[in-house]
Amino acid sequence: MTAVHAEAQHDTGRALLGLEGVTVRFGGITALSEVSLDISEGRVLGVIGPNGAGKTTLFNVACGFQRPGEGRITWKGEQLSRLRPHDLAGLGISRTLQGLGLFERMTVLENVTVGADRHARAGFWSGLLALPGSTREETALRERSMAALAELGIAEHAPRYPGSLPYAIRKKVALARALVVEPELLLLDEPASGLSSDEMAELGELVRGLTDRMAVMLVEHHMDLVMSVCDDIAVLDFGRLIARGTPDEVREDEAVVAAYLGDAVSHADASSDPVAGS
Amino acid sequence: MQQLLSILLTGLTLGAVYAAFALALVMIWRSTRIVNFAQAPMAMVTTYVALVLIDAGASYWVGFVAALLSGFLLGAVIERLVVRHVEGKAEINAVILTLGLFIVLHSLAAIVFGARFRSFPAPFGIRGFQVGDSTVPLTGFGIFTLVAVLVVMGLLVALFRGTDIGLRMRAAAFGPEVARLLGVKVGRMLTLGWALASVVGSLAGILIAGGGLVHPGYMDSVVVYGFVAAVLGGLDSPGGAVVGGLALGLTLSLVSGYVGSEVVPLSALLVLVVVLLVRPGGLFATVHERRV
Repeated sequence: MTAVHAEAQHDTGRALLGLEGVTVRFGGITALSEVSLDISEGRVLGVIGPNGAGKTTLFNVACGFQRPGEGRITWKGEQLSRLRPHDLAGLGISRTLQGLGLFERMTVLENVTVGADRHARAGFWSGLLALPGSTREETALRERSMAALAELGIAEHAPRYPGSLPYAIRKKVALARALVVEPELLLLDEPASGLSSDEMAELGELVRGLTDRMAVMLVEHHMDLVMSVCDDIAVLDFGRLIARGTPDEVREDEAVVAAYLGDAVSHADASSDPVAGS
Repeated sequence: MQQLLSILLTGLTLGAVYAAFALALVMIWRSTRIVNFAQAPMAMVTTYVALVLIDAGASYWVGFVAALLSGFLLGAVIERLVVRHVEGKAEINAVILTLGLFIVLHSLAAIVFGARFRSFPAPFGIRGFQVGDSTVPLTGFGIFTLVAVLVVMGLLVALFRGTDIGLRMRAAAFGPEVARLLGVKVGRMLTLGWALASVVGSLAGILIAGGGLVHPGYMDSVVVYGFVAAVLGGLDSPGGAVVGGLALGLTLSLVSGYVGSEVVPLSALLVLVVVLLVRPGGLFATVHERRV
């Protein structure tokens, strides 16, 4: 019985990050209300919802920026008593930021190498005194960082400073910095914002290509991208999770349609609704 | 000609020490946005550590190394136990705190080490070299001062530019939030930053003390000159601090030689006022001054 159960779990992928009954309040405003979600290995989860639905708050909870008032956070089935931002990389979670957050006074390569540090083994003192072991390791870190840049096709920009690069390239640098950690879970905060449709298609392919190595959770406004890339979609509205399912299921969901198009659908005659026809 | 050469060489040596001190201020400013007014008494305490050892019979070099090591420890301890509580808070808190530390360290040193003047040895001659029948105004200790400051600066550049720890320290200073996300232990990096800055400050302290007298207040004027040098170069720029320190050392030496040593502090403040009026961001600032 237990063996069967375990195998069934294996098929869908082991659950990585789990949120259970997470509630976040800012003063009198409830940003998230009893949200439960989990992300499994090798899956792409999209979080969507109208503006102010609580997507960013959910993301901030998932990466430890925001402590939930109530609820539990689990990682691979074990409860995290307190998730702090600097624990993330060690756990195997990395995230990109809406504002990218690149270090402007460091080269592209240096930016990425900071992320590669999770794999650094040399101790603090040997690093400080530049002992041979740590020097070898630093070379290895730099090589790994170059590989991450090459994977995204931006290796030639390695010695340049982020400020001198176009936005789409800077976005890739931020992504390379998140990928070089070799995370098990990658959190992408609005990865498509500011990209052209070609670049967005490229991003979609890239994200799909990551699923054999890691799970991806993304917050995004561009429905085309979300629908084509995600295995599962979670829909938030006013801090509540109103739907969870495959893109097709979510597209048909009445609560989702109501949240996006307003309540008019359920009250008024559908034919008189200008949006219903499209 | 002889006098000018003498003045310039003295200025260069003095400037190297100011540069080291300014660099210590800049390192702390860059990582924690705090002007560490307690830098001078911290260096004073570590110089006393060296003096106690030397008076007990240890060689100058044991004292020298002990001063730098105790500087490292003192910087780390002060950051971790005291300064940590005001990081990221209102700027005035940090100002009051480091001024308070200034007074506390001063008083403690007077209690522990005594408030009288004590002479501090120099490892090399403090007389100029004799060439023929004229004296070249370059002393062995002067050369040592220049070399020591250059070596420490070279090591710091190698650390920040070339090593992974340095990279993480820069990341922690430039963007603590993002650095945390990437797994950098920002708190530890800030502690290390203070410790290293304190080492550089201690170096300045022991170099100024060499061949002269120390008492609990002997570094106090240096904090003014070091601060002027740091502002001259732009508080954010380590390279600027070095150039600012050397420029200030030369300027003050020229003033002292041709005008009179009594107007040296005044002219340092004049330089400060002029820099703040003409180029508030400093000579090498990468940030633009805030326009009101």
